[in-house]
Amino acid sequence: MEQEGISWKIGGEAGYGIMTTGYIFAKTCSRAGLHVFGHTEYPSLIRGGHNTYQVTAMVSEVFSHVKHVDLLVALNEETIDLHIEELALRGGIIHDEDNTVLSNEKKNRDDIRLYSIPLRQLAEESGGRRIMTNSVAIGASAALVGLNFEMLSNVIGDVYHGKAKEVVEGNIKAAQRGYSYMRKQGMGKEFGPRIPKTLRKRRMLLTGNHAVGLGAIKAGCKFYSAYPMTPASSILHFMASQERRFNLVVKHAEDEIASINMAIGASFAGVRAMTATSGGGFSLMSEGLGLAAMTETPLVIVVSQRPGPSTGLPTRTEQGDLRFVLNASQGDFPRFVIAPGDVVDCFYRTIEAFNLSEKYQCPAILLLDKYLSESHKTTEQFEVSKIVIDRGLMIDDETLEEDKEFKRYKITATGISPRTIPSQKKGRFTATGNEHDETGYVSEDKAIRTKMMNKRYRKFRHARKEIPEPTLLGPKNAEVTMIGWGSTKGPIREAMRLLKREGIDANLLQIVYLSPFPKNSVARILETAERVVVIENNKTAQLARLIMEETGIEVKEKMLKYDGRQFFPIDICRYVKEASRIG
Amino acid sequence: MVDLADLTTIEQPNWCPGCGNFPIWHALKSAIIELGIDPFNVTIFSGIGCSSKMPHWINTYGFHTIHGRPLPVATGARLANTDLTVVAVGGDGDGYGIGIGHFIHAMRRNLNITYLVTNNQVYGLTTGQTSPTSDRGFSSKSTPTGVIEVPINPIALAIASNATYISRGFSKELNHLTQLIVDGIRHEGFALIDVLQPCVTFNRKNTYKWFSERIYKLEDTNHDITSKQAAFQKSLEWNNHIPIGIFYEETRPTYENELPQIAETPLAKQEIQDIDITSVMAEFF
Ligand SMILES: Cc1ncc(C[n+]2csc(CCOP(=O)(O)OP(=O)(O)O)c2C)c(N)n1
Ligand code: SF4
Repeated sequence: MEQEGISWKIGGEAGYGIMTTGYIFAKTCSRAGLHVFGHTEYPSLIRGGHNTYQVTAMVSEVFSHVKHVDLLVALNEETIDLHIEELALRGGIIHDEDNTVLSNEKKNRDDIRLYSIPLRQLAEESGGRRIMTNSVAIGASAALVGLNFEMLSNVIGDVYHGKAKEVVEGNIKAAQRGYSYMRKQGMGKEFGPRIPKTLRKRRMLLTGNHAVGLGAIKAGCKFYSAYPMTPASSILHFMASQERRFNLVVKHAEDEIASINMAIGASFAGVRAMTATSGGGFSLMSEGLGLAAMTETPLVIVVSQRPGPSTGLPTRTEQGDLRFVLNASQGDFPRFVIAPGDVVDCFYRTIEAFNLSEKYQCPAILLLDKYLSESHKTTEQFEVSKIVIDRGLMIDDETLEEDKEFKRYKITATGISPRTIPSQKKGRFTATGNEHDETGYVSEDKAIRTKMMNKRYRKFRHARKEIPEPTLLGPKNAEVTMIGWGSTKGPIREAMRLLKREGIDANLLQIVYLSPFPKNSVARILETAERVVVIENNKTAQLARLIMEETGIEVKEKMLKYDGRQFFPIDICRYVKEASRIG
Repeated sequence: MVDLADLTTIEQPNWCPGCGNFPIWHALKSAIIELGIDPFNVTIFSGIGCSSKMPHWINTYGFHTIHGRPLPVATGARLANTDLTVVAVGGDGDGYGIGIGHFIHAMRRNLNITYLVTNNQVYGLTTGQTSPTSDRGFSSKSTPTGVIEVPINPIALAIASNATYISRGFSKELNHLTQLIVDGIRHEGFALIDVLQPCVTFNRKNTYKWFSERIYKLEDTNHDITSKQAAFQKSLEWNNHIPIGIFYEETRPTYENELPQIAETPLAKQEIQDIDITSVMAEFF
């Protein structure tokens, strides 16, 4: 046991509600006052294949999934075969002898505790179908780790809210069966990890995509258009579910080209608009991205990465699109690229993306990945009282009256031009993807071209000043400074905790703003750091190359992973330790 | 009230002299004047091509987008502000080639958008290559031995895609075309106006003369514009007799009318300064 709490994993065949079951367990732990991280892994198919959901629930804050499992719920034999080696010493397996035949060798292992429960039989006895074996298993898990049953049954009721009464009641009954069975048999007294009863604090449990959606709604995003693509789809689902409550228009468009162009049209008409996709969809959006840039139409685009090239590993995670989003579309133009590292970041940075995008009339890209988009994490309720909505230089009709001649692309000291929206009497103009003069007329004049390029880039000189500087997480002076971006923040923070236990002081330079790149502060930190390791979920160390390009500093030590899976904290810890010894 | 001076821009069109886009440009302005819509409440979206430059030369709001995408951009704007009159303009390459997917979806969606396709059966701006509506056998730089495919039939496609207003105009019939645009803008829902637009520089086959010898007006016949079957029959006529006028019109609820979230206030006019998200956050506990 690393710290007080539990690492629980459920595995089984795809199509049997593993994710919902896992989420129910995660939410119950959260309601019990624990910090929770919920991580799901699944293949790109709807039936068959192996799904898992892992809940790491701890007394102190937990930032990522972990490699070890204390309690494994195996809904089929494959789960045992695939995950038995992840079990912690004296970890347990809940399984049904009906569908899992265990070798004697496994049965006789004294480092593992087997809890054989007639899951299916109990489900059937409670009138349920096969899918309810999951609920029996969470009931049994709850009993084993000391979760309160009422809490669990409330969560089941909430999660299945809106479903038929039989579904809700059937699942609660099934869970009750599992719970009582475990209690009656007196099983599990020797099982170590238990959830303390005294915690009261409640937190939200949500994914990065939920936090982005919440941030967008808070920011006043009224128009959302998208085409389904894992792992961005759940933003579409969330926004669509909130359409009526917040008076949004959510459009499932015919493709990503339409999605981005619809969002551009809505923004042009004066509405905060967003679209989201993954790399493949973003490829189709490239031309639209340039249109937003050239017409200086604000736009927020979420790109949630999955491994490429092409369809790649559709439901897995990777950070392979950094260079792509930084450079997508023809020509040079400024764009914001912001990579939140956790759910809290997802919320606040989304709001910031809207403000920056409108203030500087530039596209803003939020760069996530599957791990951040789809993993659940507990967090305090977002603090909304200090949030500011800054719509930038939108000029009102009175000011327009005073203006002799309105120029939408007026050359100004900041590069930011006054903006009008259709229906403003004196603000008429035509936006164009062609190079244009201050009025908006197409122009190929060389002097105008140069001035316009400079004007658009001048905005970034000013934007740089208001972009928060990257900060070091952890001790200021450390033996090793890890550099990361995006979702690796979680595992790296966990690794820092492990390293500390081993007596190694490590800190993290998390780079959130990738464009404009905070080169001065990054250079300063790197120059004084004792040892620097860049940690990235991609093949070619895309951030390290960006750092080189921006600061001239080469980060030699790189820990890279590109198997479609997130880093485990323990592996980062080992890498840092071992390399220390070698060094 | 709006007059021609109000719609006039500093810049003037740079189309080839005699280009079939000039009358379309005039007709669109005349239609706006006839309808008496304030020009600041009109937005004209276009793609890329000769005709797509049109928004620059009409003093309304305009958005000269990218090749094939005027309809999605117009869709977003229309959904954002239902008080706007939304017009889209583009070539046949733009709308029936690269943008054909959006075209079909826009028709089944039935937003209140008037779409003018300046159909010159060539790619004008890129120097006259074959377009999706070029007649079979048409030879050009991209098909020196003649087009092998049969052309897209936009009218038939529109009927099959459930467009609610489908018409065809001809550049030389200015008043007739103006009336079609007026009807199209008045129509509640998506209106397609396919305009036979001679390209005097690159299309030596489908010329003013060629069309003048063949066209006739549907309103001069007993064509029933409420009948899909009749419209489809008419849509198949080409070569010898070419009908212009309204092929089909029906009333169907528009997409935007199905959205209670904008029934009272268009998105663009909704207050966003202090949106209270407490109730959604509560659901995550
Ligand atoms: C994505 C993309 N592909 C190709 C082009 C080059 N291009 C510009 S206009 C055009 C076709 C123009 O034909 P049409 O849409 O019929 O308009 P016209 O010029 O005849 O009015 C093409 C292929 C482009 N601008 N963008
Ligand atoms: S090339 Fe053809 S379509 Fe283009 S401006 Fe000239 S005549 Fe008109």
